[in-house]
Amino acid sequence: MARNHVSATVNGDQVEFLCETGQTLLEALRDELRLTGTKEGCGTGDCGACSVIVDGRLVCSCLMLAVEAEGKSIETVEGMATGETLHPLQRKFIEHAALQCGICTPGILIAARSLLERNPDPTESEVRYWLAGNLCRCTGYHKIIDAVLDAAREMRGD
Amino acid sequence: MRYEAPKTLEGAIALLSAANGQARLLAGGTDLLIQVRSGRAEPGLLVDIKAIPELRSIVAETGGYRIGAAVTCMELIENEAFARDWPGIVDGVKLIGSIQVKGRATMGGNLCNASPAADSVPALIAAGAVVCIAGPLGRREAPVKDFVLGPGRTSLGNGELVASIQLPRRAPHSGDAYLRFTPRTEMDIAVVGAAVNLTLDDKGVCRHARVSLGAVAARALLVPEAAAALVGTKVDEAALQRLAAAASAACRPIDDKRGTKEFRIKVAGVMARRAAVIAVERARRQS
Amino acid sequence: MSTMLKYEKKELKIVGTRPLRPDGVDKVTGRARFGADYNLPGQLIGKVLRSPHAHARIVSIDTSAALALPGVKAVVTRDDFAEMPDEMAAVGELMINFRDVTRNMMAREKVLYDGHPLAAVAATSESVARAALALIKVEYEVLPHVIDVVEAMKPGAPLLNENQYTQGVKPKPDRPSNVAKRLEYGRGDVAAGFKEADVIVEREFNTKPVHQGYIEPQACLASYSADGQAELWTSTQGHFVFRAQCAKVLQMDVSKIRVTPTEIGGGFGGKNNIYNEALAIALSRKSNRPVKMVMTREEVFRGTGPTPGANVKVKIGCTRDGKITAAEAELNFQAGAFPGSPVNQASMCAFTRYDLANVRVVGNDVTVNRPKVAAYRAPGAPIAVFGVESVIDEMAKKLGFDPIEFRLKNAAREGTQTYYGPKLGPIGYVQTLEAARAHPHYSAPLGPNQGRGIATGFWFNIGNETTCSLNLQEDGSLTLVLGTIDVAGGSRASMAMMVAEELGIEFERVRPIVGDTSTLGFNFLTAGSRSTFASGMACVIAARQVIEKLRQRVAKIREVPLEAVAWKDGHARPADAKVAQFAPMSLAEIARMAGKTGGTIAGHAEINAQGAGPGFGTHIVDVEVDRQTGSVKILRYTVVQDVGKAIHPAYVEGQMQGGAAQGIGWALNEEYVYGDDGVLQNPGFLDYRVPVASDLPRIDTVIVEVPNPNHPYGVRGCGEVPIIAPMAAIANAIENAVGLRLCEQPFSPPRVLKALDDAAAAKG
Repeated sequence: MARNHVSATVNGDQVEFLCETGQTLLEALRDELRLTGTKEGCGTGDCGACSVIVDGRLVCSCLMLAVEAEGKSIETVEGMATGETLHPLQRKFIEHAALQCGICTPGILIAARSLLERNPDPTESEVRYWLAGNLCRCTGYHKIIDAVLDAAREMRGD
Repeated sequence: MRYEAPKTLEGAIALLSAANGQARLLAGGTDLLIQVRSGRAEPGLLVDIKAIPELRSIVAETGGYRIGAAVTCMELIENEAFARDWPGIVDGVKLIGSIQVKGRATMGGNLCNASPAADSVPALIAAGAVVCIAGPLGRREAPVKDFVLGPGRTSLGNGELVASIQLPRRAPHSGDAYLRFTPRTEMDIAVVGAAVNLTLDDKGVCRHARVSLGAVAARALLVPEAAAALVGTKVDEAALQRLAAAASAACRPIDDKRGTKEFRIKVAGVMARRAAVIAVERARRQS
Repeated sequence: MSTMLKYEKKELKIVGTRPLRPDGVDKVTGRARFGADYNLPGQLIGKVLRSPHAHARIVSIDTSAALALPGVKAVVTRDDFAEMPDEMAAVGELMINFRDVTRNMMAREKVLYDGHPLAAVAATSESVARAALALIKVEYEVLPHVIDVVEAMKPGAPLLNENQYTQGVKPKPDRPSNVAKRLEYGRGDVAAGFKEADVIVEREFNTKPVHQGYIEPQACLASYSADGQAELWTSTQGHFVFRAQCAKVLQMDVSKIRVTPTEIGGGFGGKNNIYNEALAIALSRKSNRPVKMVMTREEVFRGTGPTPGANVKVKIGCTRDGKITAAEAELNFQAGAFPGSPVNQASMCAFTRYDLANVRVVGNDVTVNRPKVAAYRAPGAPIAVFGVESVIDEMAKKLGFDPIEFRLKNAAREGTQTYYGPKLGPIGYVQTLEAARAHPHYSAPLGPNQGRGIATGFWFNIGNETTCSLNLQEDGSLTLVLGTIDVAGGSRASMAMMVAEELGIEFERVRPIVGDTSTLGFNFLTAGSRSTFASGMACVIAARQVIEKLRQRVAKIREVPLEAVAWKDGHARPADAKVAQFAPMSLAEIARMAGKTGGTIAGHAEINAQGAGPGFGTHIVDVEVDRQTGSVKILRYTVVQDVGKAIHPAYVEGQMQGGAAQGIGWALNEEYVYGDDGVLQNPGFLDYRVPVASDLPRIDTVIVEVPNPNHPYGVRGCGEVPIIAPMAAIANAIENAVGLRLCEQPFSPPRVLKALDDAAAAKG
């Protein structure tokens, strides 16, 4: 089966990979580029564990074909920290114990980052509705909301 | 399975026609990918239409709007002018899945996927929206209410695709709203969807109304009896009750894992009524 | 030398604080590796063929076309696995019937549920593996199926196992039955007790199976080497138990399998059993290449174990002044395709919150054509308690008592005799009730169509086999090797905190890791809320061993008697200046001299931890019911729980909030939906509805600490208790909001609306 050649930017780096037409962006990230930070929880866009940002848009990478990434700029959890310096959201998640098993965490961090880039001062309700596409089974979401609101506060400089 | 991303509408039409039913159009892909990966769809060719400029634009024209079939839900939601004129359509679009799904999914795709529970469709029908279709024999238009034929079926012929969806000029004192019932607050398929679009005169009397229900029949319904309950009234309690009864009476629902017949019939009336209340409040605020 | 350590109250510097967890950075950067994140060069992808039928005899399986497909390197079926005897075998303290284990892993005579595996392939890519599955030809003789527990118990129901005769019944029945086992607990005389009662309340409840809902599907990677050794990486709650199960079904020595636990993306009991692991090892053996097997979400729902659905009958009798005189329950639990539902635990948890003279609980373990059930956070208890706490509440209301007052009147306390055996030691049930009553939530005002409900839960918590080793490195830092899996990311930190507390050093100087099966002796599963209790106990024992050895070394180095050396604040110091004076030595200083003074200093423990402390919780919930749609909204939720001692309060709060959220989902929307054909209709997160962030309010927590006398820090388990009360609490809240007593779970809108309409019709 002939494979498609894709060139894209991932976390600021130029990348190239081969993929079958039916392969998703999630599979290409994990299996071709070996970036395993983005997770598969359901494969049908219902859990958000595969969330990435494509050309500034929050999307489920399991609902995008790898071929559609041609020429696009993709951001994953691996690109959130700058060297050793964690993004405020990453720090606040640890401080607030907003993760337990951690499998949903990369998706939620990416989704939260996307929210705060658009809306630096969300209400609790706005955070909950924005994150409705990210399932967490461990925390009951309480400490996640605390961490996002606290990170927002810090990022605003309040 | 092959993948093509034509840059022109003519190119897309040519690819579709040549494939003779073996091709599927790829816009947001949020329904198509699931169908392909589960084996429900086995296209030989995917035609990605996102590189065609006409399909990606929102244009204000002749007082109304023309929305490209491949405009994403998030782009539509973020268009302030459109949201001001057609908040009911935006209500529906806002409910098409999570933020992630809306970042890719399109109103055109939601319409063409033709699920009986599609969230954008009732409000489009209530708005009197028109589908602009392009194909090998040229362009044609069809009202949205006639476009979907049944679950997964539209009136598109071989080689045809939806280029855009057109909304008419908005009359003063008009408002629309879409509400749906789901067990959770988000992330569910509509069990019942209800859209109400109405126009008041400057005395607050309803002069024009359209009511559409989703998820209660094989395709979204236009319910003239429900609209008639509002026309000529100030959308008071009595009118709303007649509206609710007419909405319930029009349902032809099924029992499935998302809801029983009885539940859908009952809640259709409740949702239609609540949507009408919001629509009339919006109409009263619009000059 | 490991004897259990008792509780000592003392001033604490680290235990009870909130340091940052050691594995946190890896998890927020994507660096942490879960089951599907492991890869080996040359690996193949393994996929499973699953039955589309609820019940069928397997007439034949033809894999020849699949094997011939280019890229397919191995195929396994029932022919590749040995028959196992029909008897219980010990795996640690678990008794497991391996006849059932091997059949659940790969069907032999019959397929018993939609999703039951019957073949597996390993191929060079996922798409080739899928194509190979489609080429396997299976001939089925479809049989009638039964999925309802009450139907399955009737004589004449389709039988899953023609050789299954109900255990626990005398005389032994002469006909086989889907009832695998009947058990009974009791004390006193319930008939007399009911005669004494002024008021009797009797209700019947039905619940559906719900899934643990862990976001990470099962994933494993196996590599079998030609010398007969296998390596396995897998997402598991118990790598030693998995090793034992694999060894048994593959007929390999336990020591020839080395299991490395990956980070685990949720388990909640669902990852206590093998599914693909032995298949992956077998495929690797056949193909001579590593084999990776990751389940899809659909496979997780169709093929792994949910909790049982059940039919529960509860009857309680009470005097007018609020004293319960008799309590009776019948619990009929779906076991799924093979026996082994948690009806036993459920029976023991049903009434234990109350001091009762006359109790009788009968439980039935019933096989049905559904996936074999697996543990789910306090297995069985939420189901039994849904029934009991609903009836308790109804009784309280009938007699005119405040629900907390009524429970206090009958509460179990220290010394209460349980009806299943032991007397309760020091417990915190009453304290949780009182704390709930005093909480502002309990007296906050309510609006129209809003109601408040309370309910309580109890779980035994367990100990079991635990090992660990604590090594002092040459620079004075420590490595703590644990055998208990860290499912929620808090236990590694908590163990390191206890070690740091014992040694009087900074938390950051202790690095905890979970070792693979070759590094330690047998460790039981992370289940039963046991890790902080049992692993904590083992860590403290190991730490005290290290302190002993440090004192011995210092006595040698400083040439003083051993009794003259005390250990305080991370240093060896003179115990009594009058007896002997010497310059104190830090951990680092002693470590640097370890080689010269006798060798590396280490401590270890191999215990079977006993004396786990039972946990109790009281929940308060406010709901609002939309009378026109039946929608139930959770407005406010408070969890009060006795945890003995919260080693790390933030992680304890997390357990309380997470368990409550799962209970809320169980109450409102989660259920397995089957068609008449016995096929699961909602094997995905779209229609299996777990709560999303916008469905839930903040979940407030109150930690009560009544120390467990059998743990050095007073720890009880805390992970399971919080899932037990929510269903009943919400049912009670709905009753208070709109006067409806709901006895069928979930309380989904169609059900609530129908109940409201029926009630209105009955009135009008």
